[in-house]
Amino acid sequence: MNDQAQLLPGTLDLLILRAVSLGPLHGYGVLLRIGQISGNALLIEQGALYPGLYRLVRQGLLKASWGTSENNRRAKFYELTAAGRRRLRQETESWNRLAAAIASALSQQPEET
Amino acid sequence: MKLPDMLPLASLRLRIATLFQRSQMNAEIEEELRAHIQHRADDLERSGLDRAEAERRARIEFGGHARFTEECHEALGSNFIETLIQDVRFSLRVLRKSPGFAIVAILTLALAIAANAVVFSVLNGLILRPLNVPQADSLYGIERASDKDPSQSYPDYLELRDRNRSFDGLAGFNVNQVGLDTGELPTRAWIYEVSGNYFDVLDIQPYLGHFFRASDEHGSESAPYIVLSYAYWHTHFRDDHSVVGRTVQLDKHPFTIVGVAPLGFRGTLLIFSPAFFVPMVNQEQLDGVNLLNARGDRWVMSVFGHLKRGVTPAQAIADLNSIGSYLEKTYPKDEARLSFALTRPSLLGDQVADPVRAFVAGLMLLAGLILLAACANLGSLFAARAADRSREVALRLALGAGRIRILRQLFTEAIVISLMGGAIGLWGSVMLLGWLSAWNPFPQFPTYAPVSPDVNVYGVALLLALVSGFLFGAVPVKQVLHADPYQIIKSGSTGPIGGNIGRRMSARDLLLGVQIALCALLVTSSIVAVRGLVRSLHASFGFEPRHAMLINTDLTMAGYRGDAVPGMQKRMIDAMETIPGVKSVGLVGQYPPLWAGLNNQIVFADQTTDLRAANAAAEAGLYSISPDYFQAAGTALLSGRTFTWHDDKVSPRVAVVNREFARRLFGSVTNAIGGYYKMRDGTRIQVVGIVEDGKYGSLTEDPTLAMFLPILQSPSSESYMVVRTNRDMDRDPQQLAAAIRSKLRDLDAGLPSYLQTWNEAMNGALLAPRLATISLGVLGAMGAMLSITGISGLAAYSVSKRKKELGIRIALGARRKEVLQAALGRAFKLLAFGSAAGLLLGIQTSRLLAFIVYQATPRDPLVQAGVVLAMLLLGLLATWIPAQRALSIDPSRLLREE
Repeated sequence: MNDQAQLLPGTLDLLILRAVSLGPLHGYGVLLRIGQISGNALLIEQGALYPGLYRLVRQGLLKASWGTSENNRRAKFYELTAAGRRRLRQETESWNRLAAAIASALSQQPEET
Repeated sequence: MKLPDMLPLASLRLRIATLFQRSQMNAEIEEELRAHIQHRADDLERSGLDRAEAERRARIEFGGHARFTEECHEALGSNFIETLIQDVRFSLRVLRKSPGFAIVAILTLALAIAANAVVFSVLNGLILRPLNVPQADSLYGIERASDKDPSQSYPDYLELRDRNRSFDGLAGFNVNQVGLDTGELPTRAWIYEVSGNYFDVLDIQPYLGHFFRASDEHGSESAPYIVLSYAYWHTHFRDDHSVVGRTVQLDKHPFTIVGVAPLGFRGTLLIFSPAFFVPMVNQEQLDGVNLLNARGDRWVMSVFGHLKRGVTPAQAIADLNSIGSYLEKTYPKDEARLSFALTRPSLLGDQVADPVRAFVAGLMLLAGLILLAACANLGSLFAARAADRSREVALRLALGAGRIRILRQLFTEAIVISLMGGAIGLWGSVMLLGWLSAWNPFPQFPTYAPVSPDVNVYGVALLLALVSGFLFGAVPVKQVLHADPYQIIKSGSTGPIGGNIGRRMSARDLLLGVQIALCALLVTSSIVAVRGLVRSLHASFGFEPRHAMLINTDLTMAGYRGDAVPGMQKRMIDAMETIPGVKSVGLVGQYPPLWAGLNNQIVFADQTTDLRAANAAAEAGLYSISPDYFQAAGTALLSGRTFTWHDDKVSPRVAVVNREFARRLFGSVTNAIGGYYKMRDGTRIQVVGIVEDGKYGSLTEDPTLAMFLPILQSPSSESYMVVRTNRDMDRDPQQLAAAIRSKLRDLDAGLPSYLQTWNEAMNGALLAPRLATISLGVLGAMGAMLSITGISGLAAYSVSKRKKELGIRIALGARRKEVLQAALGRAFKLLAFGSAAGLLLGIQTSRLLAFIVYQATPRDPLVQAGVVLAMLLLGLLATWIPAQRALSIDPSRLLREE
């Protein structure tokens, strides 16, 4: 648990979009998928996922529908809308730029760290 | 990552949906979160836990269930209403916990809102709301530019109507009183004599029957028709539909009822609703004299009409003035200074309308200032409360509540208070307005107060309540935004919140100072007004209204004409004199002084031969009187003689004039006796007596000229008899009235009359100063109340903030005086400066008051002493409790506690 990284503010939405982009998921599925694609390296409060999901639905980036899960339980499934797909692409690019910039900034001056 | 808003339409749909499907939404969120926990529990179970343990663990891992539910709502944007309900509930709970604060705040606001609502509905009724006729916007009255009075002569009306190119027809009306005989006892009724095109120019349709029109007029006495007002038809004809076509007697002449005007149409004056309308061409039957050809007599009718589309008021005035100069050239004997102005027809011309507007606007301004002051006070009360609650606020901040959320809560509290205050204030004002509309200061006239509240009034009250809520709610915002929870919790309640007490001059102090000044101003004005009113009640009117009864009769109503009139009048006077207890009886034609304005006539010096209006020496009020009038009225004869019954048509024309008349026309009283002057028609009149000056048109008028002519030489069928009685008769005016009525009935049962004491009749003249005094008094009381809450708030606040310091001072041996000085010095300084400023301002503005209230002067030691005393009392009252608190500080207890 202790070696898990805290999420930067705002990054949860990006992770949710990315998780759902691989196929429709219910809420718990999103959580598992994020764990899976991040190698369980991120600390996510389980309940915090849902306000994020609702926010994305409100913004029209996700759409939700009720279905039945693999455990045979009723669950709400989320999938990306076209706008969501577009947003994911933009956000991914800008994240990559940011990450590269920060990484390069941090590796430039080894003697001052 | 930024989160731009979704499409507005979808957002709106969602918001509306969530508003109505809240419970469904809740259930859905609940189900989804439960599904999550179940899925997690399934996984945990698979890893070897038993089901119950797995579910427990899943719930723990999930975290704060309620918090996430709430956050989901927030994410959906559905939280607004819910938060609001929550906040309102919380506010009500908080307010219930401090009922003193709540009551003071709500009442303060209720009073301020009520004052505004009442004044606004008067403003709305008298000035903003147009006449109840189609296209009232383009309806203009024509007044003379010289005196802003809308009266014109009938021939002038015809010229204006036919020669102008600016109006879609011009109509006119005149107010008159007639005797209506429907077969029972004759009654008096106030009517409009109107031009034939009156209803067509106004473009209104009858409720019943039809209106008379311009085509019904064929010269004098050609259109004996009546159109009833709806209200009169309802009360006097009991909604009888068969009334159309009926013939009734007006002043003993047959008139036919042709129609009923629509409901809500009360003629073209705002505060006067006539019983019915008759064509002006028939006025001679009702007035006893023919005014239709009297070009020089301009006091006949008010003229109005709709401006043509595209014609500006300035163009219309130019058009009218060109007609005016044509008339001046054509009829130099009758016309002078014929330039015109436009006005709203509903308030009797700008001569009346301007002061009314100014007064109501002034009241509105004062009411607005009172509301502002109330807001300022409530603001500082709120700020003090926010400071007192700084621990609570700090705790909530420390626990992670957003500042916005806390501010929202404080605002909700302010709005709750303002809405409650607004509702109570509005309720109070509706009661007051109901009473005001029913109140009739002139029982003899069918006055109508158009002040009942309408949608505008409710809207304004609500708006004012909301705005003031935001205003005083905004005062503590800075405090909350800058509050540092760490500091506050560490150092106790005397933290940075409200820490500005030590500073030299805060905005709040300034507000309070302004408010005290305003209060002192109001107190000054009201004391000045009250003093003026008291003085004007004891002033010399030039007659004595006490112990006198007025009997109004109009002999034309009973069919008397010509020579029959003075005979009957003499018989009436003789009959009154036989009543026991009556000292003297006099009669004055038309109306007595200080009753309904002046019947002004131009007069000429004896040597003037060219009797055109421009050459007139002066204007003088004309009164036709019986020989004993001066004795009955209590007017002192200074010199010469009064009249006898021998001053009749065959004897030389004589007059008694007042001292001002003598001074202006003859230079002095002694020169005047025996001197001659000329009337408009060239008649030479000899002055035989001089009486004291008096008040004739209004209490506040400048010295005015008056001439008294013998009733036999200047007959008038309408008259007031002045019956002066012994003082003890005053105790039972009813008995006297009964005796008078029975005597009149013996003379002529068909003659309607109206009795009142002269004092009652004076109510009209005293109305304006009384209204001014009452409203200023009410405003002054409100201002005083506000200042008291303001000062005591400040003082209490400063005492509780400096408790520790005061305690140390007391412990170090400070005397009571020094403690008080430390605790309340600031409040008293504000009080002193504010009062001084207010008193000075009051002295300045009282000059304005002098126009309304007779002899209103602030240069009266009693007034100034009164103001100082009132403000001192107010200060004592406001600081009493805080002073007690400051003195009762027990240093040992204080030091133990903190």
